[in-house]
Amino acid sequence: MANVTTTAAGKGGFRVWLNKRLPVDEFMQSQLVGYYAPKNFNVWYFFGSLALLVFVMQIFTGIFLTMHFKPGELTAFDSVEYIMREVEWGWLIRYMHSTGASMFFIVVYLHMYRALLYGSYKAPRELLWLVGMCIYLALMAEAFFGYVLPWGNMSYWGAQVIVNLFGTIPAIGPGLVEWIRGDYGIADATLGRFFALHVIALPFALALLIVLHLVALRQNGSNNPDGIEIKANLGADGKPIDGIPFHPYYTLKDLVGVGLFLIAFAIIVFFVPTFGGLFIEAPNFEPANALSTPAHIAPVWYFTPFYAILRAVPDQQLGALLMGLSVVVFLFLPWLDRSPVKSTRYRGWIWKLALSVFTISFLALMVLGLLPAEGTYVTLARIFTALYFGFFLLMPFYTRIDPVKPVPVRVTYHA
Amino acid sequence: MRKLAILVAALAFAPAAFAAGGGGTASWQQWHAGNQLGDRASLQRGARNFMNYCAGCHSLKYVRYQRVGTDLGISDEVLKENLLLPGAKVTDYVLTSMPGALANEWFGIVPPDLSLITRSKGSDYVFQFLKTFYADPNAATGTNNLALAGTAMPHVLSDLQGVQRAVFDEHGAFVTFEAGVPGQLSAAEYDAFVRDTVNFLEYAGEPAKLQRATVGVWVVLFLLLFTAIAWLLKQEYWKDVQ
Repeated sequence: MANVTTTAAGKGGFRVWLNKRLPVDEFMQSQLVGYYAPKNFNVWYFFGSLALLVFVMQIFTGIFLTMHFKPGELTAFDSVEYIMREVEWGWLIRYMHSTGASMFFIVVYLHMYRALLYGSYKAPRELLWLVGMCIYLALMAEAFFGYVLPWGNMSYWGAQVIVNLFGTIPAIGPGLVEWIRGDYGIADATLGRFFALHVIALPFALALLIVLHLVALRQNGSNNPDGIEIKANLGADGKPIDGIPFHPYYTLKDLVGVGLFLIAFAIIVFFVPTFGGLFIEAPNFEPANALSTPAHIAPVWYFTPFYAILRAVPDQQLGALLMGLSVVVFLFLPWLDRSPVKSTRYRGWIWKLALSVFTISFLALMVLGLLPAEGTYVTLARIFTALYFGFFLLMPFYTRIDPVKPVPVRVTYHA
Repeated sequence: MRKLAILVAALAFAPAAFAAGGGGTASWQQWHAGNQLGDRASLQRGARNFMNYCAGCHSLKYVRYQRVGTDLGISDEVLKENLLLPGAKVTDYVLTSMPGALANEWFGIVPPDLSLITRSKGSDYVFQFLKTFYADPNAATGTNNLALAGTAMPHVLSDLQGVQRAVFDEHGAFVTFEAGVPGQLSAAEYDAFVRDTVNFLEYAGEPAKLQRATVGVWVVLFLLLFTAIAWLLKQEYWKDVQ
């Protein structure tokens, strides 16, 4: 008896002791167990937690890569091969990191597309969307800097192309490019600063933005495939009738998503790490060479839609501007979309047509950006660029006349 | 889900579309190396071929002799007797004994390091390159190459393959090879020789490739089990959700 009492007191004692100093239970209660999420999430809702998983994996693999990577124009390429050959499990760490970069974009693109499908950016979640877009912009910068680090020939020439884009800015352009590079060409100084930005500045910025994203999410709770606010239907206990505690329900459901994702991830890492030259490009197995331009410079697949837009415009300055706009335009979605309905489920044919056209345009531009800019490819890129921008610029008009359907009061859920 | 499938399909077909963008292809461009990394004897023969015919000019600067020995099952003694370049230790990288400056003087170019040649150009390319040397009286070396036109590299395997003649049509497009000076090996034997060499170079490009798939199978099996258990657990909890 005395024994039992001691144990119970000991256990309770530590919890009490801990919570008096650190609000562990309170945090769990408010953020996980007491945080209600709509019960009708579908497969599209896996990608938020998966993006967080990939971020953590990139940080961990990145730490181990940093131990062996030597930023410097004479050492970078060799040190990557050293990691691939002489560091214990170095090849696995490197492939996880390179695959992680592409998978990060896959899950983030699907996560963003989910927002388009179900109107998750609409009021009251505009800031959630804006913070998310900032994460995407930071991720683009992070991926670009990371891509330059192995100092392969495509790293070098890709950096050349991207950095020179800033040279198209009137007046300050040329000086700005020199300032970014820290030299008259892409060189050792450039590699050093890109390394610093890649391993310190942007990961910090990303971590901060992710926290902000989660805080903004918790302010209004998640949207759902029906685009209904579950807080509008509270039960007698004051909890949303259509909501379930995030933990254990969604932690466990997300765990299944994690498992499925990791299977796909492992198949790529262990069996097709370069993914046919899409995740690691063949010319990048040649060291950077200022005297030898690759036959065909193409960025990694996740930047190709924007690259296709850049090349579709005959004027370089205008092309760079449109390319910038094609990314930035997503920021304005909450205000361009005037539909009274959030979810595509209850929108009319005009929206569905517009969204389909946009989806096809984005994917087509992605493929075209990988192909050489010749003949029909250029014409096609121009058509799809026009359709891409049409989706956004005409949105205030077609979302207003779109024949929407009545939205149900309760979410659709089949147990 | 359908859109996800479209995205996956677009990604999967992009490299195919990329390859198709290259225009017409000649018969030799269709040749596949067909090498098997799992064939250890082939890798050992390839290592021997490389050290005998390539290492005089080309280095494998990221590859250590001893690692080759460990991975291909070659003892240190055999390495020392048969594969090491003069003066090299088993722990050394495979560096050529040819000084770069001299090479530059002789060939107008330093022969490239071949550690990553199969990764940057592909195994098929190396296979095609080594098989498409042909007699060309206008070339300084007496031979030219279809895969790398105007190459500064002499046909160092000519005593094995012989020197074939290439037939071109009136537009200068390659038609076929015809027999020239015969070599010591038959066409099939020479193919096997090149295949072994390419196999070794593919190994040298990524030594981890020998173990990657083996580890991968276990990782994927574990993840399948993990996911199955996670799914059962999720089902059990979600029974309450009406």
